[in-house]
Amino acid sequence: MSATVIPYDVKPHPLTGMYNGKFGIWLFLASEIMLFGALFSTYVLLRVGAPEGTWPIAGSPTTRGDNILQVPLAALNTAFLITSSVTMVLAWANLKMGSFKKGQQFLLVTVLLAGAFLVVKYFEYNSKLHHYAVTFNEHFDRDGVESKSFKGLTQAGTEKTIHYLWGHVEETKKDADGAIQSYLFMPDHDTSHGGEGHEPKAVEIHPAEIARMTTFGPGGSSFLGCYFVITGLHGLHIVGGIVVMLWFLLTGSKMWKTQPDKYANRIECTGLYWHFVDLVWIFLFPVLYLL
Amino acid sequence: MSDHSHELPFWKKYIFSVDHKVIGIQYTVTALLFLAFGFGLMLVMRYQLAYPNQPLPGVFASVLSEPVVGEVTVNEATGETGKVLTGDGYNAFGAMHGTIMVFLAIVPLAVGGFGNFVLPLQCGAPDMAFPRLNMASYWTYLCGGILMLFGFFVKGGAANSGWTSYPPLSLIATTGQTIWLLGMVILITSSLLGSVNFIVTAVQLRVQGLSFFRLPFFVWAQLVTSFLLLLAFPPLEAAGLLQLMDRVAGTSFFDPGGLIISGVERNSAGGGSPLLWQHLFWFLAHPEVYVLILPGLGIIAEVIANNTRKPLWGYKSLVYSAIFLGFMSFIVWAHHMYLTGMGTTLSTFFQATTMIISVPSVIILTCLVISLWGARIRFNTPMLFALSFLPMFAIGGLTGLPLGLTASDIHLHDTYYVIGHFHYVVAPGTIFAMFAGVYYWYPKASGRMMNEWLGRIHWFGSFVFINAVFMPFFFLGMAGVLRRQFDQTETLHGAAVQGLTVMATWGAIGLALAQIPFVINFFWSMFAGQRVGANPWKATTLEWTAPSPPPHGNFDAVPVVARGPYEYSVPGESEDFSMQATA
Repeated sequence: MSATVIPYDVKPHPLTGMYNGKFGIWLFLASEIMLFGALFSTYVLLRVGAPEGTWPIAGSPTTRGDNILQVPLAALNTAFLITSSVTMVLAWANLKMGSFKKGQQFLLVTVLLAGAFLVVKYFEYNSKLHHYAVTFNEHFDRDGVESKSFKGLTQAGTEKTIHYLWGHVEETKKDADGAIQSYLFMPDHDTSHGGEGHEPKAVEIHPAEIARMTTFGPGGSSFLGCYFVITGLHGLHIVGGIVVMLWFLLTGSKMWKTQPDKYANRIECTGLYWHFVDLVWIFLFPVLYLL
Repeated sequence: MSDHSHELPFWKKYIFSVDHKVIGIQYTVTALLFLAFGFGLMLVMRYQLAYPNQPLPGVFASVLSEPVVGEVTVNEATGETGKVLTGDGYNAFGAMHGTIMVFLAIVPLAVGGFGNFVLPLQCGAPDMAFPRLNMASYWTYLCGGILMLFGFFVKGGAANSGWTSYPPLSLIATTGQTIWLLGMVILITSSLLGSVNFIVTAVQLRVQGLSFFRLPFFVWAQLVTSFLLLLAFPPLEAAGLLQLMDRVAGTSFFDPGGLIISGVERNSAGGGSPLLWQHLFWFLAHPEVYVLILPGLGIIAEVIANNTRKPLWGYKSLVYSAIFLGFMSFIVWAHHMYLTGMGTTLSTFFQATTMIISVPSVIILTCLVISLWGARIRFNTPMLFALSFLPMFAIGGLTGLPLGLTASDIHLHDTYYVIGHFHYVVAPGTIFAMFAGVYYWYPKASGRMMNEWLGRIHWFGSFVFINAVFMPFFFLGMAGVLRRQFDQTETLHGAAVQGLTVMATWGAIGLALAQIPFVINFFWSMFAGQRVGANPWKATTLEWTAPSPPPHGNFDAVPVVARGPYEYSVPGESEDFSMQATA
C-alpha cells in the first residue's frame, strides 16, 4: 500500500514487550470493559432500586414465581464458548509452530462453536418473544382459568396486588375494522387452574380486562430489558468475532504465504478479543441466569 | 520513501489517505466547518434571546423553514410577514449547538486534527501505528457527523432535549433524538479507534533517545486525553444504547413508569431510573471537559516555550499534573448532579474531589505563567492567542469553584452562570488554543506562513468580542436567568437584565465578523503565504526537523533524539535553540 514502514509492526517493542497490534487490542479491550462495566452497573442499580418482590430471582417463591430464563440452554452455551476459547488458543499455537493447516482447522472449529452459541441464543430469544405476560385490572376467573397474584410495592412504596397470567396467544380475534376483540390465550401449565399436571385449556380474554399485555421481550420488565440488551450486545460481539475469523480463514489467510509471523500475530489478537467475549459471558451467565 | 507518494492517485493521496498528516488536515477542516455551523446555530438563538419573538434578519429567515421558524405578521397594515424562531426550533438549535461544538468540532479539532498531525511527528514516527485504522476513524467521524445533521430533516426536527439528553424528556422526544443517539454511538466508535491509535503511537513509535520525559508536553497532553477518551466514552456509548432501546425497543431503563404524556400513560414496564442516565452521561462528560482542555494546554505549552525562548518552567510538574488530572476526572462527575437529591455524604465526597481536581489545573496554569517570567517574548499571532488563553482559562477555571461547592451551586445551578463558566474554559480557552495551534503549525502543514497582520486583526477582534459575549453571562446567571430559557423577558428578574443579553448578542455578531480575516488568511496563505523552510519558528521539537510540508513517511532520515524538548537559550550554544534531533 505504501512504502512507509511502521516500527514494531511484527516484532515486540522492548519496553512493552508487545507488537503494536497486541498493545492496541489490549487498549481496545480496556474500553470494552468500561462498556460492559457500565451495562453491569445499570443492572446492579436497577436491581437494587427495584421495589421488593418485583425482581425475578432464580428459584425464589417471593417473586412472580419461576425462573424465567432457561438455565440448561445457557449452561450448554457456556460449554460452547469455553471450548471455543480452547480451540482458539490451539489455532494460534499451531500457527506459531508453523502448522498452517492445523491452525486453520482449529479456527474453523472455533467459528462453528461460535455459530452453535448463536443458534442456541436464537431459540432462547425466540421463546421469550412469543411468551406473554398478561396483567389484569382485577382478579380474573373464566372457564376454570384463574389468574395468579402476588403482592408487590409500587415505586411510591404503596402495596399493590398484581393479578397475572403467563402463556401463549393462540389466536387474535379482530373485528371488520381490525380492532382487537379478544385473545385466545393458552396459559402455562403452572398458572392454569388445577395446578401442575392438570390439562391446560385456552381461555378467551378481552382487551378491556387487560391492564398490560407484553411479551417476555425487552419491554417486559427492567430485568428482561437488561437481559436482552446485555446479551444482545454480547451476541453482536460474537457475530463480530465470527466475521473476523471467517476473514482470516478465507481472504485474510493469503498473508500466511508472505508474512507468516504477522498472520499468527493477527490470530493472537483475534484470540485475545475472543477470550474477552468469552469472559463477558462467564460473568453474564451467573449474573443473569443464576443470581 | 518520499518519492513513492507521488505515484499515488489523487483520491488516494488526498481523500482516502492513510497518511496521518492528510487525515489530520481532513479532521481540522471538517471540524472547523462544524465549528462554524455550530456558531451559526447559536447566532440564531442569540437573536431570539436579544429580540424575543422579533422576525429574524434576512440571512437566517431565508434559509430556515418549519418547524424551526414560524410565520408572524410584522405589520398589520401592510400584511408584511416575517419568520420567528419557534420554541421547538430554539430547543433543537440549543441541543445541536452543544452536541456539534463538543463532539463534532472541538474534540475532532483538538484530538483528531492536531493530535493526528503533530503527535507522530513529535514522536519521530513515520506515521500513526495503524494508518488504516486512522483513516477509518476519520470516515466514521464524518458519517456520524452527517447523520447528526440529518436529524434536522426528519419529522419534528433535530434532537431537542438539550445536549445532555436527560430522560424522561428525551424518551418522548421526536425522531431527531433517535438520530442523535445513533450519531453519538458512531462518533464514540470513531474516537475509540482514534484513542487506541494515539496511545500505541506515543508509546511504541517514539524514536531512539526519545524517552518519556523527553516527550513534548503536547504529546503528554494527547496521551492523557486518549486515555480519557478510551475509558470514559464507553459508558456513554452504553447509555446511548440503553436510551436507544428505551425509544425503539420498548425497554424502560430510564423510565420510572407512570409517565403521563398528553393525558395518556406511556406504555412501559417502568422500574427504570432517570438518574441512571445522568450518572452514565456525566461519567463521560466530566472527563470530556478535560478532553476539551488538555490538548489546548498542550498547544499553549508548545507555543509559549517557543516564543519565550526559554525552557518551560516545571516541565515535570506539568506532566504529573496532567496525569493526576486525568485520573481525578473520573471521580468528580456527580458535581453536575448536586440538585438531583443525592445525599449530603455523597455530595460532600464529590465536592472534595472537585476541589482537589482544581489543584493540578492551577499547577499547569501557574507553570505556564511562570514560564513567561523574565523572557524576551516574541509577540506573534500564535503567542498572542496563547497569552490571552491564560487569563481566559483562569476566569473559566476560577468561576467553576462556586459551582463545585454545593451551597453556592444551589443558586447558580442551571443558570447562565454555568454557561459562562464552561464557555470561558472552552471558547476563549480551548478555541483560542486551537487558533494558536493553527497559526503555529500552518507553515509545517503547508510550507507557507499565515499572514501576520490578518492574524493580529483576527486575534484582537476575537479577544475583545468573545469577552463581550461571555462576561455578561456571569451577571445574568447571578441574576437568576435560567440557561435554557427561550425568552427571559417573560420573567421580571430576566427582563431587568435584558440589556446584558443584548450585549452578548452583539458580541457574538462582532465575534462572527472577527473570524472573516481568519477565513481569508487560511485560504489566501495556502497559495500566497510566504514560503518557509523546515523550521520557521526556530523551534526545538522533532516536527521541525522534518521538511515543510513533510512527505509521506515524514522524515528524510530516522531522527535520533539527544535532549529534552525545550532546550532554548542553552548557555554556550551558538543558537538560542537546540533541536531534539541530533543532526
